[in-house]
Amino acid sequence: MDTFGDPAVWLPFVFASLMGLSILIYVVLDGFDLGVGVLFPFANEDEKDRMIASIGPFWDANETWLVLAIGLLLVAFPTAHGEILTSLYLPVALMLIGLILRGVAFEFRVKAPAAYKTLWNNAFFVGSLITSLCQGFMLGMYVMGLDYTLGHVLFAIVTAVFLTVGYSFIGATWIIHKTDEHLQRKAVAWAKGGIWGLVLGIAAISLATPFVSARIFDKWFTFPDALYLAPFPIASGMLVVSLWVMLRRMPFVDDRKSWLPFAAATGLWVTAFSGMAYSFYPYVVPEKITIYEAASAPESLFIILIGTCIVLPTIIGYTVLAYYIFRGKATELTYD
Amino acid sequence: METLLLSRIQFAANISFHILFPTITIALGWLLFYFRIRYNRSGEARWMEAYQFWVKIFALSFAMGVVSGITMSFQFGTNWPGFMETVGNIAGPLLAYEIMTAFFLEAVFLGIMLFGFSKVPRWLHTGATFLVAFGTLMSTFWIIVLNSWMHTPQGFEMIDGVAYATNWSEIIFNPSMPYRFGHMVLASFLTCSFLIAGVSAFRWLIGGRTEGVRVALRTGVFAAALLIPVQIFVGDMHGLNTKEYQPAKVAAMEGHWETSGNVPLILFAIPDDEARENRYEIGIPNLGSYILTHTWDGEIKGLDAFVAEDGTVMHPRVAPVFWSFRVMVGTGMAMLLLSWTASWMLLRRNKETGERRGVEGLPKVMLFALVGMSFSGWLATLAGWYTTEIGRQPWLVQGVMTTKQAVADVPAPMVLSTLIAYLVVYAILLGAYVGCIFYLARRAAHGKKIEQRVPGSGAAEARAIPAE
Ligand code: HDD
Ligand code: HEM
Ligand code: HEM
Repeated sequence: MDTFGDPAVWLPFVFASLMGLSILIYVVLDGFDLGVGVLFPFANEDEKDRMIASIGPFWDANETWLVLAIGLLLVAFPTAHGEILTSLYLPVALMLIGLILRGVAFEFRVKAPAAYKTLWNNAFFVGSLITSLCQGFMLGMYVMGLDYTLGHVLFAIVTAVFLTVGYSFIGATWIIHKTDEHLQRKAVAWAKGGIWGLVLGIAAISLATPFVSARIFDKWFTFPDALYLAPFPIASGMLVVSLWVMLRRMPFVDDRKSWLPFAAATGLWVTAFSGMAYSFYPYVVPEKITIYEAASAPESLFIILIGTCIVLPTIIGYTVLAYYIFRGKATELTYD
Repeated sequence: METLLLSRIQFAANISFHILFPTITIALGWLLFYFRIRYNRSGEARWMEAYQFWVKIFALSFAMGVVSGITMSFQFGTNWPGFMETVGNIAGPLLAYEIMTAFFLEAVFLGIMLFGFSKVPRWLHTGATFLVAFGTLMSTFWIIVLNSWMHTPQGFEMIDGVAYATNWSEIIFNPSMPYRFGHMVLASFLTCSFLIAGVSAFRWLIGGRTEGVRVALRTGVFAAALLIPVQIFVGDMHGLNTKEYQPAKVAAMEGHWETSGNVPLILFAIPDDEARENRYEIGIPNLGSYILTHTWDGEIKGLDAFVAEDGTVMHPRVAPVFWSFRVMVGTGMAMLLLSWTASWMLLRRNKETGERRGVEGLPKVMLFALVGMSFSGWLATLAGWYTTEIGRQPWLVQGVMTTKQAVADVPAPMVLSTLIAYLVVYAILLGAYVGCIFYLARRAAHGKKIEQRVPGSGAAEARAIPAE
């Protein structure tokens, strides 16, 4: 076990990376299906069915990445897990209720008596909205170091709104890809409306983080580190511009490359997320507990790592298979 | 009320709600796989009809299982941080393996199983059905390993108040795991059998007399009749195992206050935790000794053995354990009676033609009884878990840490507010779930019959098949 150096050093790093990876995959994948839920009130009845059809086969697996992320936090950094979740007690509980509502609404809206369909559609929207808002709020509180002061809470409310707009943006790009004709054009308009939220949100967090902590400030604004980091803002800027250009020209001729906006949005998510991860490293509870202090015993982490090396590629393999099987435009969901 | 009590109530509410749905999906996945295989083999429409009705209920139950499960994974952090801080090195890997080997498998192939029927080749659809069923069994395995380890911990050492794993095969194959796993899987199959039999009887009663209903009803009744004796046997073995490792729990289950021989089997009593005695006790002399020691006068440890010199009580409250155990066993006996009678009625031969009477041979009372027992599996399962879990108190991990040591110091009003919110949501969803199952049954009974469908693959067929 010592062949790669001290396991108490590299194992926490590996697990922090794995956790980061699953959070990233989660915000992209569940981001788009939560976004679709947030956009629900803007669609008519037929469009709603189509929107559900575009995420139906995927949402469950998408949410599993949240379970994995929280699971990794739980198993690899138990003390941090307790610290973070107890201080986010209420938003977590509210988010769980949101997730419950939207998850069951998927099923009930088509199985319960027709008279209740509107009710479950509303539950789906409200659930998605609550979930997005709570996640944004938690992100804001986390960035601010999990201290409840008036300023921090206000900031967290702002990030809650921005993250929700960001989710609906990536949701809109997903609908652009999975549908056509009228709904697709509508989704292009939604995406155009949402892009500002994304830009403002990323900007707000990028600006706020360095000022909350002198350590992060130094990371970003001292030479030569700042030079290595320049690609992050530049890449984000380029992605935003290209998204804007694309959206103005959509739908493309013959609907070719309708996946481009979704891919660009994902790219934007990735850069923003990597920037944040870089800022916070090596802390898992900002400015309080590092990943090295919070890590579980190396023996236990090692046992999990062996499994991960075998299982994670398999998971990714069959996830790709599922997306491949349900590729192309969404058609009505039936069990036969 | 203080935070500890509220957190316990909240945990119990959440896990009780969660367990209802896995109990259905664990076995229903396999039953769907069975329907699918029978259809693949015979091409008979009735198997497909049964499959298509029950797959809807599966999807609904699965969604309920997933969302309530996500709630569970956050509970440890929000309410019981001490648990992971103390035994995280052992609980962590087990939970991680559950997520990686089971949850993703189920979640990904569920999409293919539900919506891929006409998009993928037949073997892949059958395979996806198998993998979903297999995934639920894997979840059960890992979580039961963890839960059993909490009851009968071994294969670890304590250093500075933190548990470190020393032997993983001892941890995984801990003494109570095989019994608990077997008992739980059987519980799930029984729950499903009675649900299928009950809902099919309901459809039959309201006039939905199709071949699909007939096979489903027969499958439900026969499966129940075959499994219930096995369950009773495994339950007995489980009890003997518990007697060895958690004698305080068994003493509470039996309502046995003082260590002695010639112990009766108590059928009814009202255990009084304050006076430390039973009131209105009715029992069968010496049978208790015989069941637990297999001799008529064997000595059994009583609850008095678990009170420390200074008066600290190290055994659970007796009344809830005593009663929930009787509810479980009572339900099990009712299941035995009903499923055997129903099987006998199904297998009776018509005197003139010599043919088996089948579903037509079931009198109305029997059909009503089956409808009434639709959710009996839930009752027995919950009662069983309450016996197990309350019986472990005051320990959270037997002999290692108490429940009190694990609780978070979140303010009590905060826990109270979330507890109320959960209870409201759960009550509504439970109503909607049960209502929806019977609504689907009514719709299937009155709606148009499902025509014979040609199994196929590819988008062309998908378009040719009318949507639901
Ligand atoms: C359909 C469900 C069902 C039925 C009919 C029964 N059980 Fe059960 N029982 C369970 C479902 C269950 C359960 C929910 O699955 C439990 C809770 C924890 C566990 O491992 O299994 C359980 C626990 C449990 C325990 C506690 C073990 C411990 O200490 O942890 C005992 C001793 C028994 N059972 C014994 C029986 C007997 C003698 C039965 C005879 C009728 C019986 N069970 C019927
Ligand atoms: C296998 C997974 C399980 C784990 C890891 C687990 C863990 C726990 C934990 C941490 C507690 C402590 C909190 C408390 O004392 O209330 C607890 C108690 C409890 N659990 Fe479980 N449990 C599991 C399964 C179940 C199931 C399936 C049920 C029932 C349906 C259940 C019912 C209860 C009840 C009723 C208590 C409360 C006991 C009391 O407070 O007196 N548990 N369990
Ligand atoms: C404290 C304990 C528990 C936790 C943290 C937990 C967590 C979860 C989670 C997160 C899911 C959703 C998985 C997905 O995204 O697909 C789930 C589903 C499941 N759980 Fe639990 N669970 C617990 C207790 C139990 C118990 C006691 C059993 C059974 C004995 C069980 C059996 C299952 C099964 C079979 C599924 C998948 C099928 C379904 O969702 O209906 N779990 N659980």
